[in-house]
Amino acid sequence: MANVLFYVEKNTDGSLAASAAELLAAASGIGTPVAVTAAGGPASAAAALAVAVAEQAPIATLLPNTILGREIAGRVAARLGVPVLVDAVDLGVDGDRVVATHSVFGGNFTTTSAAVGANPVITVREGAFAAGEAPTPTELAPVADASPEATVESIEPAVVDSSRPDLKTARIVVSGGRGVGSKENFAIVEQLADALGAAVGASRAAVDAGYVPQSYQVGQTGVTVSPDVYIALGISGAIQHRAGMQTAKTIIAINKDADAPLFEIADLGVVGDLFEVVPQIIDALKK
Amino acid sequence: MKILVLVKEVPDTYGERRLDLETGYLDRDSGEQVVDEIDERALEVALQIKDEDKSTEVVVATLGPASAKDALRKCLSMGADRAIHVVDDALAGSDVLRTAQTLAAVARRETFDAIIAGNESTDGRSGVVPAMVAELLGLPLVGSLSSVELTSTSVRGVQSTPTATLSSPLPAVITITEKSAEARFPNFKGIMTAKRKPLDALTQADLGLTETTVTSEVLSVSERPARAAGSVITDEGDAGAKIVAFLRERKAI
Repeated sequence: MANVLFYVEKNTDGSLAASAAELLAAASGIGTPVAVTAAGGPASAAAALAVAVAEQAPIATLLPNTILGREIAGRVAARLGVPVLVDAVDLGVDGDRVVATHSVFGGNFTTTSAAVGANPVITVREGAFAAGEAPTPTELAPVADASPEATVESIEPAVVDSSRPDLKTARIVVSGGRGVGSKENFAIVEQLADALGAAVGASRAAVDAGYVPQSYQVGQTGVTVSPDVYIALGISGAIQHRAGMQTAKTIIAINKDADAPLFEIADLGVVGDLFEVVPQIIDALKK
Repeated sequence: MKILVLVKEVPDTYGERRLDLETGYLDRDSGEQVVDEIDERALEVALQIKDEDKSTEVVVATLGPASAKDALRKCLSMGADRAIHVVDDALAGSDVLRTAQTLAAVARRETFDAIIAGNESTDGRSGVVPAMVAELLGLPLVGSLSSVELTSTSVRGVQSTPTATLSSPLPAVITITEKSAEARFPNFKGIMTAKRKPLDALTQADLGLTETTVTSEVLSVSERPARAAGSVITDEGDAGAKIVAFLRERKAI
């Protein structure tokens, strides 16, 4: 089997990012996985990775579809003039080339693409592959002619709330919108999430209103989720929000406004006050 | 100071967006084409510098079909000084590498202190073109900023996930997110003067690009069937129980 290089991203504390084990699973599916990492910023990592790609000529080079992963992928592709395929949700092999599947416009369209030319660089959507074992990456040697880096003046480690599942991969997601009304009221969204063992999400309106941080945002410019169950509380369902959740298997919407567009795609819609309905759900779950 | 803002014409997010099921390309006839909102915010960063220092020159550039001229006119009416439109049938269906090579060639024709773009377009969402342009020009990328402080010699900004403060001397490529300052509306004077501002159309030959190799191709496109609405009930004190019963029946919880 042909080699598949994959780039392991590290957290600020030096531990392997969650994407590492997902990429190992993704790479194993299409060839022999080879885990690498590099010291320094994205420009130097890209320069080092480009040398490895040129030397090893892997059937594909995988990176996580994160801010950092995309910068490295773009820089490697630009350095080598090799193809780059972005945000793959599945990978396969057709003859001697790798075929990537993409979910476009919030899952309304599915496309497959392939490289014309050798050694494509592919970024893989976080959460698209079930994480297996953690890889043991080899650190690549630094390269002299890397492009200049931006200076990282300060970085705050991401606050990981280990009491709840990760939004991107959770089986159940409970999200709140502007209808929740305030930052304090958002506790009701969290209570329902905890009763279901679910992750907490939010609409852009709730994020813009300051109820929750941006990392909670589900939709066009936030996280795209595809859980078994998506429960929307006080979310009208603007098209941008729907783009981030409409591939959920079951959608439940609770909203005071009977004309909320989200009811058009909900499997079960409830016209009512979420502050009355949510306690009813929590009660019913106990029975 | 001279700033290049990269913009893209995209289908309006508020309307229906479709792919052509034959070619896999964007169906540009299916909805209204607009300047990507994120690029208007990128332009806003440049225009705020110009507000402070009138000698600043703000140039907008795009690679796109003939219709993308309207997007550039909108940018001129907002306050950009001139526009560059790379329009060439040979570049139709360009992938990200080709797009980046073309935009880098535009940047190389002049000397820009800063190149500003949105972090990802709202249609393709690939988010790799700015990094590729940076690499082709040998520049740092100060990327995905939710707030930007730009001066004539440096850039500093905050990235939101994870929260980090980045900085770099200029020249640099800068990308901003939809958290960056909202763009201004064109005023009447802006709309009137936009018509007289230079809008140059360039082909790839003008840019000295000859090779037209596209390095990736769309193999198949399929459309997900529209999601049918389920039932909508009105809460009469028992909706919570009904929701739980519904989810249990589907073995979803």
